[in-house]
Amino acid sequence: MIRIEPREAPSNWWTLGIPVASALLALLLAAIPLALAGANIFEAYIQMFKGIFGSTFAFTEMLTRATPLIFTGLAATLAFRAKLWNIGAEGQLYLGAMAAVAVGTGLIDAPGFILIPIILITGAMAGAAGMAGPAYLKTRFGADEVVTTLLLNFIILIFLQMMLEGPLQDPMGLGWPQSSPIVDAAILPQLIPRMRLHWGLIIALITAVIAQIMLSKSVWGFKLRAVGENAAAALHAGIGVKRTLMSAAIVSGAVAGLAGVSEVAGLRGYLTTDLSPGYGYTGIVVAMLAGLSPIGVVISAIFIASVFVGADTMSRAMGVSSYLADLVVAMSLICVLVGGFIARFKITRTDKGKS
Amino acid sequence: MEILQILLSESFWNATLRIATPLIFGVLGALLCEKAGVLNLGIEGIFVAGAMAGWMAVWLGFGLWGGLLVAAGVGGFFGLIHAILTVPLGLSQHVSGLGITMFATSVSYFTYRTALPQVSSPPRIEPFRPLDIPILSDLPFIGPVLFQQTAMTWLALFMVALVWWVLNRTPLGLAIRAVGDNPDAADAQGLSVYGLRFGAIITGSALMALGGAFLTMSAFDSFFFGMVNGRGWICIALVIFASWRPGKALIGALLFGAFEAFQVRLQTQVGAVVPGQIFLMAPYVLSIFALVIVARRAEYPRALLKPWFKGQR
Repeated sequence: MIRIEPREAPSNWWTLGIPVASALLALLLAAIPLALAGANIFEAYIQMFKGIFGSTFAFTEMLTRATPLIFTGLAATLAFRAKLWNIGAEGQLYLGAMAAVAVGTGLIDAPGFILIPIILITGAMAGAAGMAGPAYLKTRFGADEVVTTLLLNFIILIFLQMMLEGPLQDPMGLGWPQSSPIVDAAILPQLIPRMRLHWGLIIALITAVIAQIMLSKSVWGFKLRAVGENAAAALHAGIGVKRTLMSAAIVSGAVAGLAGVSEVAGLRGYLTTDLSPGYGYTGIVVAMLAGLSPIGVVISAIFIASVFVGADTMSRAMGVSSYLADLVVAMSLICVLVGGFIARFKITRTDKGKS
Repeated sequence: MEILQILLSESFWNATLRIATPLIFGVLGALLCEKAGVLNLGIEGIFVAGAMAGWMAVWLGFGLWGGLLVAAGVGGFFGLIHAILTVPLGLSQHVSGLGITMFATSVSYFTYRTALPQVSSPPRIEPFRPLDIPILSDLPFIGPVLFQQTAMTWLALFMVALVWWVLNRTPLGLAIRAVGDNPDAADAQGLSVYGLRFGAIITGSALMALGGAFLTMSAFDSFFFGMVNGRGWICIALVIFASWRPGKALIGALLFGAFEAFQVRLQTQVGAVVPGQIFLMAPYVLSIFALVIVARRAEYPRALLKPWFKGQR
């Protein structure tokens, strides 16, 4: 017989080692699809490595790609810690981007140090509103937030199309469904001249630090974790569970909204329907790989971004489909789930004769 | 007046049943998993995998029924992974399901792109044709609506009856429900909680894959990226709406199909006045709305989302 028993307490080595091992295992497993696609596996890994560390440009591109993933990873982390399943970061990202475009394309004429905070705040508010809805439906009517946030992603994307063919459309855009460009004052400046890496990264890092402090040190963070670990006990202890869930929803949505602002005002300069290639969903993987730790999110976002950028380079050089990156990301999620199990439980064999 | 015309047209009712078909498969599949106590958010990706695998099998010359078998097998495979993660390992059903969706979707896309690297227009297959049943198909109204559907629609309707019968009239169904409501009691009676949950998840996932296969093998004749477009999530909402009953699930799927068919027809008539996106949004809004209405009185299978380990109370 095999028995599954919980460990007393997973040691630090486990909590640190499991995500790293999972990520590496997922990368190794990528050899299977690579071989099936008929590619030279060694060459493929070398190309991936070059795509990340081959040049300053490659490295900054990777960090540029990590920026939105830090935001969406944090959004998932903050919600999941309260066991609030916000799967709607994709939609909230677009809400943030729409808000940024609505106020950042000439509505307000102000210098950058005023305008940039304004678009960050409006974007965060729009994202927060996008998660406050499902959280309200959950706390008031008991409607499962997983389903409502997932469906809301589709609604918001269609709403975005409507806006880009209507009020937000660029009048000079020859009828393309895209917004007017963000005014120069509202553009997040580049960090290194001639590289696409922008201030969004710094804002993301600051957000991660604040989230870490809020979660581990503040009363709010304590309530959040208490609700997440045992809602019934938290209620018994006098914690306003519904209020805590609402606040977690708002903060989570706001951070996802910032991802949209950062992408549109830092990278693209205008809004289209393909601003995000699923950053909201990938953020869930980032958060899980990080073990729902805000600082960990930064590291796992950099890993996932490396996979994407590396796979892009590899696929251009070798003609292997870049969907390989999505495959590695999905596999690393499954690996880290299993790894988390191994860390929390131990499997012991009980001899037949004794049992 | 125009509304009445739409509702009385044969094509509207025919389209209702056609649009409902993949949802019927999907809702039944999700229902079966949840009845045994496991939420399967892998559904969206399993739809994609079923659509891709079924289509590719036919394209490779396995024939239509062979394609359905391949699709069901692929769905069952992803169900097996979900079952391993959520049943003996007891991992978060939410996260595991999303992982399965990402995994199944990316495997499907990668396989499709690897098999067909550069195609400008996706290759087509010869899909299921509407059955032409002598006499019945020629009946006025009922003929075109009911008897000019493809074999897959009939299979879906048959599955509703089968799932209902198994769940409510057989010892196996009783066992599945027991495992989803009270695994401790089921275990005490000597039922295999793990075995029943594995069986339900694998079978349910195979059904979901058939829903996906309908898209590429009956509704259309080729595979596109993003063609599932949230249908799986809608099924998850419909299961709650249907209170985990196969009969109500059929009604829910038909209502949904009717709504879709109706809005497409209405759109062509008032399209100039209202932006088309309003109509595109409607099914998702409707799903959320339905969820909110029934959420409070929803009687979830009592052990849903709760991991259960053998020999551990």
